[in-house]
Amino acid sequence: MKHNAFFWFVLPSATAMMLFIFFPIVSVVIQSFHVAHEQVIIEVENCGPFGCTTATAIDQEATAALREEQPLGRFAGLEIYKDRNHLAVNEFAQTWQQSEGIGDFVVRLMNLPFYKALGFTLTYVAVVTPLTILFGFIIAVAVNSAARSLRGPLIFFTLLPNIVTPLIGGLILFWMVDARGVIGTALRYLADDPSLSVKADTGLMWIMLMVYGVWSSAPFAFIVYYAGLQTVSTDTLEAARIDGASRWQQIRHVVIPHLLPLTTFIALIQLMDNFRVFEPIISFNAQAHATSLSWAIYNDLSGETQQLSSAAATSVLTVIGVAILLSPVLVRTYRSYGKA
Amino acid sequence: MASKAQKRPLALQIVLFVTLVVWMIAAAFPFFWTLWGSFKVEADFFSLNNWTNALTGRMTEIETGDTFTTQGYYGAWVQEEFWRAAWNSTLVCLFVVSISLTFGTLGGYALARSTYRYAFWFLLIALIFRAMPPITLVSGYLPVFFDWNIWGYLPTAIIVLVAINQPFTLWMLHSFFKNIPQDLDESAMVDGCTRFQAFRYVIIPVMWPGVITTGLFSFLLAYNDFAVTAMILDKQNQTMVPKIASFLGTTQTKGNVMFAVAAVVSTTAPLFLLIMFFQRQIVSGLTAGAVKG
Repeated sequence: MKHNAFFWFVLPSATAMMLFIFFPIVSVVIQSFHVAHEQVIIEVENCGPFGCTTATAIDQEATAALREEQPLGRFAGLEIYKDRNHLAVNEFAQTWQQSEGIGDFVVRLMNLPFYKALGFTLTYVAVVTPLTILFGFIIAVAVNSAARSLRGPLIFFTLLPNIVTPLIGGLILFWMVDARGVIGTALRYLADDPSLSVKADTGLMWIMLMVYGVWSSAPFAFIVYYAGLQTVSTDTLEAARIDGASRWQQIRHVVIPHLLPLTTFIALIQLMDNFRVFEPIISFNAQAHATSLSWAIYNDLSGETQQLSSAAATSVLTVIGVAILLSPVLVRTYRSYGKA
Repeated sequence: MASKAQKRPLALQIVLFVTLVVWMIAAAFPFFWTLWGSFKVEADFFSLNNWTNALTGRMTEIETGDTFTTQGYYGAWVQEEFWRAAWNSTLVCLFVVSISLTFGTLGGYALARSTYRYAFWFLLIALIFRAMPPITLVSGYLPVFFDWNIWGYLPTAIIVLVAINQPFTLWMLHSFFKNIPQDLDESAMVDGCTRFQAFRYVIIPVMWPGVITTGLFSFLLAYNDFAVTAMILDKQNQTMVPKIASFLGTTQTKGNVMFAVAAVVSTTAPLFLLIMFFQRQIVSGLTAGAVKG
């Protein structure tokens, strides 16, 4: 394709991405180095019949002028990154010195908002990703063994948790595990503890959020594996059988090697998606027990006074996290397409 | 087709069967439970004394005189004006899908046909954009939108969602166009068509299966979005998902969580139909990236 034609064909798409993805990123990075101007305070001398008093007042005009002049705010360098709500450099060092042992250090670190969010996000990614792959595989094998006529409806219901709006899927589960809901009642009965409540317990809340994560992403892993199972070569399987391979050996040496590339694909997509975990925390009203990086950004922006700079700094840190997670994907894509 | 050697031992059969049954209950039961419960009053849907109340509707009968009630739906759709959110969602989805696909087919086609190095870099950058959580962009939008006075309106949300959608759309359509033989449009160009005419008269008629699949995912992204629409739409223009989230804040205190339950069921219903009619396309879309390797 000629350069000229290419340019006109990609122009709408490129413009949209330039304006609403690239520029915002630049703007977020710049914003994260600035803080809003403080109000300009002036001293006013009030002289009355009983002598003069000085009072401080806000110089509205000067404040407005300053904000007009530098709309981004005061340049703050890495100040926001280092404050208590982000990397908390000072608090981090302090905690490190004061705490006894690594366990204690981690527990104390979880009191800092950024590390609390990072802690949950990373735990979520580390727990949900492998479980999703495992359950997806098991379901795919089970569905693949069902009668052909049943597979359509089975796939339909399996897809539901994945396709449904995350916020809604979260709410549906949350209402059921509510102390007054059906699963909540069952849990209380099983644990034999009438006061058991998922809402009140940090550990249970983390487990519920991860159960939601696996419930909603397992169908994705399922569908990829299921498609993979359809293309396992029957010739190879038959050859293995003739050579005397047992059922397990067939799976181990024919099916699993065939599905392995799919596993890397699922893992990468899941890492990316799980790292942005956000909606279930809103659905489960879980912010007291668990927060994530995306939730922290949302929280900064939706408060009474929007903390743009703080949100921007968290955004930049999140993007750095994604970049670290994503580097294998990029390298892989670069290798497979770059050769062409 | 199952030969004797392939036949599974009984124990394995049972394990597989149990797995299937357990998973089907896990996947489908919550939806049916919520659908059933949405026709009850709160005292039944959340019953501390006896969970079977949610099935029998005992309190619903006491409170309304019937075991089923549409109070929740009335409260949500009429009293809290959920219809407005539904209409907003319809507009947003319609425009996001049509604009995304228009931009995406043009771009995806060019990327599939260009042999130059920059097409590869373009795709790589799109992949990076695809990986970024959309919410990280929001703090970049807000000051500008406030400044230009375009915050809170539907067209703003639509164009933002289109842009966020582009990387995914481009990748999907690019790999789809790669599968359409290049000879097709090249022979048209030998016959004297320009590049655009070749696209218009030769490629467009054969591209619909891929476009429909991609369109479904654009639709899902627009329909399911919470992070972006909650931040850049004002109360009047809210779509369904942020509206439901706002129910949680206001109605839980009023003791009317049933509005939210009814709204959740109403929002899930179209998705239910969507999977029913387009199951094959959704499956092929989800697996598109993987099969290519």
